[in-house]
Amino acid sequence: MKRTSVILLRNPMSLLGAVLVAAVVLSAVFADYIAPFPEHRGAVVDFVHFNQGPSARNVMGTDLVGRDLFSRILYAFRLSLVLGVVVLAIATPIGTLVGLFAGYLGGRAEFVLMRLTDVFLSIPPLVLAIAMMGVLEPTLMNAMLAVTAMWWPWYARLVYNIARSEREEGYVLAAEIIGASTLHVTVREILPNCLPAIITKMTLDMGFVIIIASSLSFLGLGVQPPTPDLGSMVAEGARYLPDSWWLTVFPGLAILVAVFGFNLVGDALREILGAGQ
Amino acid sequence: MLAVFRLLARRLGISLIVLVGVSMLIFGIARVIPGDPARIALGPNATVEQVEKLRGALHLNEPVAVQYGHFVADLLHGDLGVSLYTNRPVTVDIAQFLPATLELVLVAGILMIGIGLPLGMWSARYRGRWPDHAIRVLSLLGVSAPSFVWAVILMLLFAFFLPIFPIAGRIADSFEIERVTGFLLVDTLVARNGAAFADALWHIFLPAFALAVSGIGQAARLTRANMVETYDRPYIEMAQAYGFAPWRIAAKYAFKPSLIPSLTIIGLDFAAMLGNAFLVEAVFAWPGLSRYGVAVILRKDLNAIIGTVLVISATFLIVNLIVDLLIAFLNPRIRHSERGSS
Repeated sequence: MKRTSVILLRNPMSLLGAVLVAAVVLSAVFADYIAPFPEHRGAVVDFVHFNQGPSARNVMGTDLVGRDLFSRILYAFRLSLVLGVVVLAIATPIGTLVGLFAGYLGGRAEFVLMRLTDVFLSIPPLVLAIAMMGVLEPTLMNAMLAVTAMWWPWYARLVYNIARSEREEGYVLAAEIIGASTLHVTVREILPNCLPAIITKMTLDMGFVIIIASSLSFLGLGVQPPTPDLGSMVAEGARYLPDSWWLTVFPGLAILVAVFGFNLVGDALREILGAGQ
Repeated sequence: MLAVFRLLARRLGISLIVLVGVSMLIFGIARVIPGDPARIALGPNATVEQVEKLRGALHLNEPVAVQYGHFVADLLHGDLGVSLYTNRPVTVDIAQFLPATLELVLVAGILMIGIGLPLGMWSARYRGRWPDHAIRVLSLLGVSAPSFVWAVILMLLFAFFLPIFPIAGRIADSFEIERVTGFLLVDTLVARNGAAFADALWHIFLPAFALAVSGIGQAARLTRANMVETYDRPYIEMAQAYGFAPWRIAAKYAFKPSLIPSLTIIGLDFAAMLGNAFLVEAVFAWPGLSRYGVAVILRKDLNAIIGTVLVISATFLIVNLIVDLLIAFLNPRIRHSERGSS
């Protein structure tokens, strides 16, 4: 762990990634103290300062009802991160268990579980989420549910491939010979060997979950106003291009910065953990 | 050759199983929609008898399994039911909107392969030097934003500030092109109208590029990673020792074996683009399946939702089948094997 972080911070690009991720996380956690107008996270109207470009008072300009964009972006970060953490916290264990059992048991369990996984994987990810949000009411909870439903199969496939190749390894055979239970072999023996790949994928996926969630709300199928969300901010501003460019450019760049940070860290982790195997 | 056909047959079988699974999944999702679809379709002024009659016609009073049976039977006759939103058969609606989306996705796919693979090759060839660093940062940036952000940024830069490309639409209204395939790039060629073809190409470029940006980044990253691995093989060292030109080594000896693992992911990226087309179409007012899809979802139009998702998934399965076949042809181990394994 210590070695990993040392290598991580020595490379300038992964250092940049760590800084970006730290900045996004800190601004989300301490949004109440950093935001110049914390009350603008909700349904506030300020027609004196509406639809103004960047200025000393509002560094990223104001939206159509006069709310400070910078403050709203900070709160939108908070929402994106919470969504990402919750989705991964549910999708990862489900996918990991499915992949572990399918890969280790083989036979009929493998066929059923992996065909089920294939079904989910053969609907383009965003389309599945859009279809689910069409059925459900557009709320934060349901958006999380829809994104989770499309996310677990990727972990199932990743863990399945590792588990299948580990199945024949000496240490697994040894555990079987001394009579270890299926649960012990999968969770205590095989799972630790999948962890580096899982952790790397989770880091990269934080970025992708932010992308998918903002895409849903861009289409109006995610979190509803007045809750600040990067996707719906871009969608709202896109109608006022090019004159009110700040309405779309700053939320768009905010997504880019956050996801870029997670991707840089994920890439670095992949290199370090991959080389260690 | 025989092995390739055997592989094709097996993959086709698996795809069919998956497609049945997809249809059940979508059907299941659509049936838990709260609210009565017949009431929604007829509006608040309809009488109870009218609603009951429509419920009967839509088989809504029968068990879900029976409803699914009716659905499959109709599907096998090429009937996806009537859209409650447009009052037309869903197949007609999809036939109208799908070509525009497919055209956009195909052009984006060409851009992804045509730009992404050479970038990755270039990056691997100059591993550790500045072109490599530049391409790695750029391709990571490419995958770091949803396509609607790229669409907005590209539109702002190349349609507003530098008015090079048009802002919306598929072709200028002044052209009247007879609809043959629905693919404007094909229809204009069929009509032998060069100016219209150029105009359609000019319209499609910016949205297709916005859709392709993350795919380009992904393809470049993948190609680089696979090629870097190949560069460590002894046969490359031998080619270098023989004094072959670096470009020949890169293109012929290092690139070809790296292409196979890249292709699988490119197939998956194509799937992502089918979904992301929804976002890009919204920004560029592209008259494709997206506006229809979002409209029918907001109106809870069951037949249309099921039809749209089913058609998109089928398209995706076909693309993956083609990719698998391509891999089989490219990989001599499968092409010449007796068993057609994998």
